[in-house]
Amino acid sequence: MTGLLQIRGLNVAFSGFRAITDLDLTVAAGELRFLIGPNGAGKTTLIDVITGLTRPTSGSVRFAGEELVGRREHRIVRLGIGRTFQTSVVFEQLTVLENLDLAASFRRPLAARLRRRRDVSDQVAAALETTGLADLAYRPAGVLSHGQRQWLEIGMLLAQQPRLLLLDEPVAGMSRDERARTGELLRQVARDHTVIVVEHDMDFLRRFASTVTVLHEGRLLCEGTVAQVQADPRVQEVYLGRTRRETAELVKEAS
Amino acid sequence: MATLNQLVIGASIGAVLLLIALGLTFTFGQMGVINMAHGEFIMAGAYTAYLLQPLVGSQSVLVALPIAFGVAGLLGLILERLAIRHFYGRPLDTLLLTWGISLILQQVARDIFGAPNVQVRAPGWLTGGLDLGGVRLPYNRIFIMLLAVGCVLAIWVYLTRLKHGRRMRAVMQNRQLAAASGVATERVDQLTFFIGSGLAGVAGVALTLIGPVGPTLGTNYIVDAFLVVVAGGLGQLRGAVIAAFALGILNSFVEFWVDNGASFAKVVVFAVIIGFLQLRPQGMFVVRTRALS
Amino acid sequence: MSAAVDVPGKGAGAARRWRLAGPALFTGAAVLLLIAPAVLSPFRLDLLGKYLCFAIVAVGIGLAWGRGGMLTLGQGVFFGLGGYAMGMHLKLREAGPGGLPDFMVWSGVESLPALWRPFANPVFALAMVVLLPVTVAVLLGLLVFRQRVRGAYFAVLSQALAAAFVILLVGQQGLTGGTNGLTNFQTFFGLDLYQPGDKRILYLVVAGVLGVVFLVAWQLARSRFGQLLVAVRDGEDRVRFLGYDPAVVKTIAFAVSAGMAGIAGALFVPMVGLLSPANLGIVASLELLIGVAVGGRFSLAGAVGGALLVNYAKTIFSEQSADNWVYLQGAMFVVVMLWAPRGLAGVFTDVRAALGHRWRPRPAPAATRPTDATPAADPSATDPPPAGAQREEVRA
Repeated sequence: MTGLLQIRGLNVAFSGFRAITDLDLTVAAGELRFLIGPNGAGKTTLIDVITGLTRPTSGSVRFAGEELVGRREHRIVRLGIGRTFQTSVVFEQLTVLENLDLAASFRRPLAARLRRRRDVSDQVAAALETTGLADLAYRPAGVLSHGQRQWLEIGMLLAQQPRLLLLDEPVAGMSRDERARTGELLRQVARDHTVIVVEHDMDFLRRFASTVTVLHEGRLLCEGTVAQVQADPRVQEVYLGRTRRETAELVKEAS
Repeated sequence: MATLNQLVIGASIGAVLLLIALGLTFTFGQMGVINMAHGEFIMAGAYTAYLLQPLVGSQSVLVALPIAFGVAGLLGLILERLAIRHFYGRPLDTLLLTWGISLILQQVARDIFGAPNVQVRAPGWLTGGLDLGGVRLPYNRIFIMLLAVGCVLAIWVYLTRLKHGRRMRAVMQNRQLAAASGVATERVDQLTFFIGSGLAGVAGVALTLIGPVGPTLGTNYIVDAFLVVVAGGLGQLRGAVIAAFALGILNSFVEFWVDNGASFAKVVVFAVIIGFLQLRPQGMFVVRTRALS
Repeated sequence: MSAAVDVPGKGAGAARRWRLAGPALFTGAAVLLLIAPAVLSPFRLDLLGKYLCFAIVAVGIGLAWGRGGMLTLGQGVFFGLGGYAMGMHLKLREAGPGGLPDFMVWSGVESLPALWRPFANPVFALAMVVLLPVTVAVLLGLLVFRQRVRGAYFAVLSQALAAAFVILLVGQQGLTGGTNGLTNFQTFFGLDLYQPGDKRILYLVVAGVLGVVFLVAWQLARSRFGQLLVAVRDGEDRVRFLGYDPAVVKTIAFAVSAGMAGIAGALFVPMVGLLSPANLGIVASLELLIGVAVGGRFSLAGAVGGALLVNYAKTIFSEQSADNWVYLQGAMFVVVMLWAPRGLAGVFTDVRAALGHRWRPRPAPAATRPTDATPAADPSATDPPPAGAQREEVRA
């Protein structure tokens, strides 16, 4: 089965610490895939490998047939892959509009880059609308709230016109309403793009995920729909099992 | 035979560089502070030996070593307390700040000691040299090499065996973790700067053995010393040792083999370092962590 | 390409007023510089011309250091490459066809070295004035920045280059005039350098070049490239994920600054009448920098003003005693770094902001867009924040 993103036999180790072991993963075009797992499972490492930030020890990552391993980050971006970061990295001195324009600029001809930004281009306008940040277009990004910054990041991602979006914990630190809005944003974005979301939040998962991949200690644990994954005993053990055992032991000690 | 001679000369240049770079490994390597006034601490050490000369006579070199360490170390400490500690995390601003201080210190030296060079008399037992089968080993250069090796050993023992030294390494590798573990990082910084600057003073005394002393003594060597730290890897003792000798030997060979080599030597060294950085951009030895970028 | 989305307008009034201040200042400065030949004595005019040459270098440094975060301690190298290119041509012109430059005759050189021959051609020499420094900058930039060597390392390496370059020049007496360098220039493309009238024309040429260089840098700074450069300075790793190779962005800015320094060097030669390794080494390179630091590295106008001011101060102070200038220079570095890292332009903006805050009632919530005069973040650290963090304060 061919997928847009194909990972085979991925191994990542840092001076002895094995972050990812023998990982195989396939994501089809147009999917909205959630990637979950406890801390240290290797989720962010996986994103780092796909985007070229980290070099794997062995294995292959193919995107639309092109091998990504060994390519530099900006080349991977140009192939059509974009990502967000856990701590948002918008450029605080620039306005929202300027941030989006900057993100969109690499697809524009050289002459446009030597000019001053004069008006709002189509991609930028679309990104503004999708993320709902039109009112804030001329505010410097530094004054945005946490949630708004995350949306700006996603907007910058959209302005790059990627085929694959990688979102690293997009709702961390958000209020309930913000999460709902982000979820809707995700659904909208997923209509025309392939999206992989790394998340922790089970609630968010239950509401917006369709397919889920579970990682544990660098290995693939389980894959399937939300219902299947939740019912899987291995997943329960990993997420809940320890706490239950610990509680049981505490109870035993007390009595 | 000529090759061996050049090797010896190169090694002695390397030893001098090592002494100078040793101090920089601490301040630049450990703390990320680019102290452009390091050369002036060298100069201070040299002038200390000069000042001690009428008091102690020709053995002034030996007496001067610990005193110069103290004088230069103290200067460094003052600099750190007054100015540099406000600049942590801003290496380029520190660079310019210390450059200004270096200018001032040089001028002060000019005003006190005069612009022309002065001479420190080497003790009698350091004049002359060994002749080993056609290879000339001047005593003063042997002394410098022994001094350099001795300093490296002393520092190595300090960093690996002594509690204080291990704390220093902890702060270098992970400042926040060290602080959270109860290490007084400010004290460690002060000590690091003191030791690093003190070593410059020692280097200054060593330099009096091989040439005259003047206000620009430090500037002649400081650029090369920085290159040694860059090539050796920040804060890496082994790296500094290897890089210093490699640079010294390379320098001497280019001067010897190439026609009018003296003018090309620095360019060649520069090109070699740029080339080396292509292969190992962070220097020879690097502390590998999981931290990205 | 109109917006499909209705975007609210920016606070029109205030922004427009500040936007006029820039061009007004520029025209004012231009006028002053242009009437100078009528007002100043030939001696002082020559001095001003020299200051303007340094100002041209300062513009480039403002771009590379202020906007790009690259502290380059070796601009003297580029200044020298351009200067020697021009100098070699002028010397050959004066020597006449088949003749040798004077210093070669004195050194006992018998025939013209091969390196010199092509510089007899004015087109070649003029091209080299820009191409030599730019090529070196591109090489150095790509080799160093591609390896993600930055900030402190880069500064140290640029300084080492300057040191090596000077030693090379000094050592090749027969080729470069050694320690004395190239001296005794008589003519410059038909202008007699000993005639005040012709010197006035040269001055106007230099002033004109400064104006052009300034406008080029200004346009670059406010273009998307300029924003990209600032983004690279403040978050290099983040910029990779915008699809750009930061090494290329930095190298371009570095090369532009090198070209500007080369042009400045080429104009310095006829303006001052000599060029020696003393104008190019570590100390000279840092003197080129102090003007930008004092004036304000984040403002191109500040860089120019600072260069003029500092060089004027140097003339005054060294007249009394060379020592005083050294103390002043050192003090300037220390004071600026400790208390005014954004230079005079930064102080000026702070004062303006403080006053404006007190007088004007706060207008509609629209942010003042960062213009040329307003500095961006406090980017004195070029150690990039770890992937993910941006730590600068906001200037609203």
